Amino acid sequence: MDLVNVISYSLFAIGSFFLVVAAIGIVRLPDFYTRMHAAGKSDTLGQSLILLGLIIHEGASFISIKIFFIILFIFIANPTATHAVAKAAFLSELAPWKKDGGKER
Amino acid sequence: MFLQVALVIVFSSIIALYRAISGPTIYDRVLAVNVIGTKTVLVLVLVEFIYERPEFLDIALVYAIINFIGTIAFLKYIEKGGLT
Repeated sequence: MDLVNVISYSLFAIGSFFLVVAAIGIVRLPDFYTRMHAAGKSDTLGQSLILLGLIIHEGASFISIKIFFIILFIFIANPTATHAVAKAAFLSELAPWKKDGGKER
Repeated sequence: MFLQVALVIVFSSIIALYRAISGPTIYDRVLAVNVIGTKTVLVLVLVEFIYERPEFLDIALVYAIINFIGTIAFLKYIEKGGLT
């Protein structure tokens, strides 16, 4: 097992960890506005790490250029979509969760 | 190795599916569906590496764009009651 495989497989492991943490955060966090932290940041980072591992495993070719464009688009589009969801929820006066408020929503 | 990573991604999208089904507000459901869609892009890229078929990369790129536009259009539909 040479160095390229070690680097790409460890990137796969770190990215899978971030994806599982993001999914658990979407289910477990108490409020819509807190769930967006898991969906917006951790999810984007995990996907980009896994795709970066695929680029390193593939080497310089036409396929890796396409995967690089997918990474670029995900980095632009995923936080933008999360921001749009947050703006729509805030404009429809969805109240944020307070700590002494009690139940989860 | 690619198959195991794809299985982990499918597992985490099943976890996110719980929030898409039982979300209290409509925005939770939109958020969870957006997360599942971007995970689908990742599974499509991994399918290209598992089965050695490079056409799936184009499908993944198109699916990423469709997922983003679908989320924005759905939010606009909720917010304004129409798409005009």
